Amino acid sequence: MKLMLRHALVVLAAAVLTAGSALALDNLKFMIGANPGGGYDQTGRGLGKAMVEAGAARSVQFENKGGAGGTIGLAQFVNSAKGDGNSMIVVGAVMVGAIVQNKPPMTLAQATPIARLFYEYNVFVVPAASPIKTMKDVVDMLKKDPGAVKWGGGSRGSVDHISVAQIAKSAGVDPTKINYVPFQGGGEASAAILGGHVTVGTSGWNEMAQFVKSGKMRAIAVTAGTRLSEIAVPTLKEQGINVEIGNWRGVYGAPGITDVQKKALIDAVIAATKQKSWNDALASNDWFPALLTGDDFAKFVDADHKRIEESMRAVGLIK
Amino acid sequence: MIDTWNLLLGGFATALQPMNLMWAFIGCALGTAIGVLPGIGPALTVAMLLPVTAKVDPAGALIMLCGVYYGAAYGGSTTSILMNTPGESSSIMTALEGNAMAKNGRAGPALATAAIGSFIAGTIGVILLTLFAPLVADLALKFGPAEFFSLMVLAFVTVSSVLGASMLRGMVSLAMGLAIGLVGMDSIAGIPRYTAGVPELIDGIEFVLVAVGLFAVGEALYSVLYDPKGEDATRNKLTSIMMTKEDWKRSWPAWLRGTAIGFPFGSVPAGGAEIPTFLSYSAERKLSKYPKEFSGEGGKGAIEGVAGPEAANNATAAGALVPLLTLGIPTSATAAILIAAFQNYNIQPGPLLFQTSGPLVWGLIASLYVGNVMLLVLNLPLVGLWARLLTIPKPQLYAGILVFASIGVYGMRQSAFDLVLMYVIGVIGVIMRRFDFPVAPVIVGMILGPMSEKQLRNALSIAQGDWLIFFKQPIAGTFMVATIAVMFVPILLRKRGVRLSEDD
Repeated sequence: MKLMLRHALVVLAAAVLTAGSALALDNLKFMIGANPGGGYDQTGRGLGKAMVEAGAARSVQFENKGGAGGTIGLAQFVNSAKGDGNSMIVVGAVMVGAIVQNKPPMTLAQATPIARLFYEYNVFVVPAASPIKTMKDVVDMLKKDPGAVKWGGGSRGSVDHISVAQIAKSAGVDPTKINYVPFQGGGEASAAILGGHVTVGTSGWNEMAQFVKSGKMRAIAVTAGTRLSEIAVPTLKEQGINVEIGNWRGVYGAPGITDVQKKALIDAVIAATKQKSWNDALASNDWFPALLTGDDFAKFVDADHKRIEESMRAVGLIK
Repeated sequence: MIDTWNLLLGGFATALQPMNLMWAFIGCALGTAIGVLPGIGPALTVAMLLPVTAKVDPAGALIMLCGVYYGAAYGGSTTSILMNTPGESSSIMTALEGNAMAKNGRAGPALATAAIGSFIAGTIGVILLTLFAPLVADLALKFGPAEFFSLMVLAFVTVSSVLGASMLRGMVSLAMGLAIGLVGMDSIAGIPRYTAGVPELIDGIEFVLVAVGLFAVGEALYSVLYDPKGEDATRNKLTSIMMTKEDWKRSWPAWLRGTAIGFPFGSVPAGGAEIPTFLSYSAERKLSKYPKEFSGEGGKGAIEGVAGPEAANNATAAGALVPLLTLGIPTSATAAILIAAFQNYNIQPGPLLFQTSGPLVWGLIASLYVGNVMLLVLNLPLVGLWARLLTIPKPQLYAGILVFASIGVYGMRQSAFDLVLMYVIGVIGVIMRRFDFPVAPVIVGMILGPMSEKQLRNALSIAQGDWLIFFKQPIAGTFMVATIAVMFVPILLRKRGVRLSEDD
């Protein structure tokens, strides 16, 4: 019986493996530096699915390793995938922020830049029962007693955290006094917001949209520079708070891969972004496409690293 | 209520279609198999099977994936009982009593009570899910960091019952577990701790690795070193396969208590599957009329200690589906991957799910009833077969366990470092056995330590540094009062001359 079961497992695995077409990357492994259910997770799984559909990869596998802004996943990726042309890690502004603040031993400089995929904007939400109606209400509370506003979001140093600090600064409140509560992964943060354990929550619009649409949460501001036609929520700027911040995501390859392997990964990603399922994913998640590959992407990440470092220093998150 | 009934009947019409029955069977069989193998968990398996969503219709695929999820909770107990090698972290408590029973020739009843208890807990869990899902979900959201931390404190205190005969030795083991849990990157601030510059340790040490090292490798090496001729031959004795009337009588209440503990804790976000099994084991130990039979007291293994935690484990699996289906919030890694499976069909689990995809969800819920029956039918006949494994002579059996453990741990992330670490921990396990230190508290400490640290820091941040938060909020306060009661009531009773059965 046991043998039979194992046999069944092998047959199924084989069926899965042969699902793709020829000329493709073999079993492509995605490292996702966040617990399942959040934006990183959706990005990796959406891209992986599109790569299989495009015939650019025979099959894809995902590994979730959450915590510390994705740097725990990055450390494992840099350690275990060295030279493996069939591995990628989902990266983004959140991870860069965590690297700037925590200075982990493993950074993106050790991995190989492949492509930036899209931007998304954060939304600030309150539970439906909250008396808070606008961001101005929150800012008034913040001015009265900075510690009284409990902000829930992703890990320290994330876009979520920086945006909160910038709001405080623009309101004339000392950003080092804010009460920021970091959660691991979008699922845990949404639960804490729905349960009313924090005053205001912030996360990517796509993670919060379902709760806003069903009336369980109320959206009070988005972080885009101008009003988005897709999202009927006022921007921070419209509410007199001069803060604009976006969260980009992309993918990196393993350290020490050859130029040929790097090009194969870039081509596979480009092929995937032309798939209908990927474009459907962009539309349904309100991700704004922004494809940038290889060396241009590397330059962008360097610039973003500096920008985040500066804004963190400005708001007192690092010395 | 009538509506629910009609919707459920509609669901059964979907679930009982021959194709869907087949998918449920494949899922259950696969789930049982991977539950048995240490190192391969349901999360990984469900993730590997995700691509089938491209070929199979939504009902069939989701029914199969849920079967895997459920089946793994059934299968995890088998190796715990037979080989003292927990297949999943949630079957560690099962190993304590289950393996003691197996060593005394009662592997059959231990496996049977695990299988039947899983069936009963799973079925009650699904009934609760059917009737009360939205209500339970609202309650579950009341759990924030303060509530979680109070729950951890209660778990820490009740866990003293797994510490074994000597409190001091138990505490040393627990402290070891807490220390091991600190290794790796701090999940709140992202600073590496106690990694000694070894990059592999930045990820922390997996508790499956430590569990397999301490339990399986430790036991096998100990037997080679201190009992080379297998003179302690009781292991190979098989006295009974079936549960006796007495076994049934003692299992029933444990199954129900396990379910009552497991279901609610499964439904709270960030609860995890292990803590309910700890609490259930502690409860059985405290309430049992036969405390001397528990392995910690040097007994031959108490059946309640298998029945309760196994029921709790399966009820947790059902409970985890509550926030998944009603809110779209995953409470375990497997649940999160199930969400991805839904999304592959452009179905978003969450508040709107029952409106947008009602028939599919009810089909899925109905399939859970079917799956539970299937797993019982699949697992009960295997009991006799599994139990006969123990008649294999010791040298071969232990060699097999070592091979099994090595493959499982290497398979987790194909790391030779992990393999070496497992054997180092195995040697520590031998030393602990030699000097009578219990090994279970190490795992308990490893699991509870990092979780409670994270929740404590977030709770204090929310409360702006006010430590009284744990008493001011009703749910957290209740846990704290319960904790204090657990600590002091026995002492007070003893002073007044009332004796608990434990002291007889």
